[in-house]
Amino acid sequence: METELAGLLPVVLIFASAAFTDNILLARFLGMCSCLGVSRKVDTSIGLGVAVIFVTASTAGINYLVYHYLLAPLGLEYLRLITFIVVIAAFVQLVEMVVERFSPTLYNALGIFLPLITVNCAILGISLFMLNKPYNFVQTLAFGAGGGFGWFVAIGMIGAIREKINEASLPKGLEGPGITLIIIGIMALAFVGFSGMVKI
Amino acid sequence: MADTPRTVTAKALWAENPIFRQVLGICSTLAVTNLLANTLFMCFGVIFVTSLSNLTISLLREYIPKRVRMIVQVLIIASYVMMVDIIIKALNPDIHRFIGPYVGLIITNCIIMGRAEAFASQNKPWISLLDGFASGLGYSFILIAIALVREPLGFGTLLGYTLPAKDLWWHQWTIMVMPPGAFFMLAIVTWACRGLQVSKEKTT
Repeated sequence: METELAGLLPVVLIFASAAFTDNILLARFLGMCSCLGVSRKVDTSIGLGVAVIFVTASTAGINYLVYHYLLAPLGLEYLRLITFIVVIAAFVQLVEMVVERFSPTLYNALGIFLPLITVNCAILGISLFMLNKPYNFVQTLAFGAGGGFGWFVAIGMIGAIREKINEASLPKGLEGPGITLIIIGIMALAFVGFSGMVKI
Repeated sequence: MADTPRTVTAKALWAENPIFRQVLGICSTLAVTNLLANTLFMCFGVIFVTSLSNLTISLLREYIPKRVRMIVQVLIIASYVMMVDIIIKALNPDIHRFIGPYVGLIITNCIIMGRAEAFASQNKPWISLLDGFASGLGYSFILIAIALVREPLGFGTLLGYTLPAKDLWWHQWTIMVMPPGAFFMLAIVTWACRGLQVSKEKTT
């Protein structure tokens, strides 16, 4: 029982550090484009956030297996960029078909942004950062899920704030991306407070 | 309106600047601008990849089937990014260690996909090359502007050389090289450039 717990604890820690101290959006700057595009409303933000959690966790796992059991033994590490992006693109295509089939409303709401998950840097970023860390398979899944969860939390909050900001009158040049960047900057300040709390 | 080389360049550099107008390619903008040297390498990579991938995609535009064009474009871009990755590693391993993951992320830099999809897949090769190059330049000059503010304010250095004012009457604002500083700087640049455009529209 004790060894089981010892094995479980780092997984939780990895999840928490990926989600909060090393927030993929606020500290690593990844996934900004789709974040700025989609975060106008809370519903769509949450929809895309959930999709991202699912895709990051799954693709981090798949890419881990591909890298360590296919590319590394063959000495083809320099092909990692191409391999990862192909895995991600194929996986997103699959998710897109499933969502279209089972939830047309969600499909319509996310519209163009579902294919854009492919070029969402958060997903490829998680797969690339994972290579620098000495994680095993389960830990990698936790890292991917944590990263996705951090993105989800950030974009959900940004969506909620932007809904309110729409009613404010702003200088013309600051509307849209300008003010959103300032909001994100202030949130990043808050998240700097998390740094050092969990260290892996 | 037909696109002449002149209008293409003007659009990419100012009127439809990828960063403050279309808000594309923000991730790398924020991540690498804390040191000017990193920024220059990153800009080199982006200009190289947008120009050549635009050229290649434009050359192949008749042959790529519509249904699979996204994946083909991604593959073309990824192969150029791999080249850049290897070149930067050879030129400067220290910088590569820091910006390595972000160089890989040029693949998912939306500017490149955006230009490939919006311009290169419908236009002739040479003008596409120019468009890619100009978009890369439009991206670069904003990045360099941001880095020119962040590095001196945050570290008190420029390109690694210590500025004379450091520790004399100037102490570093560490916040400028941390993530929030990046967001605030980009917001200010966006505001300034868009504000200029808005005031120009009013006078004409």
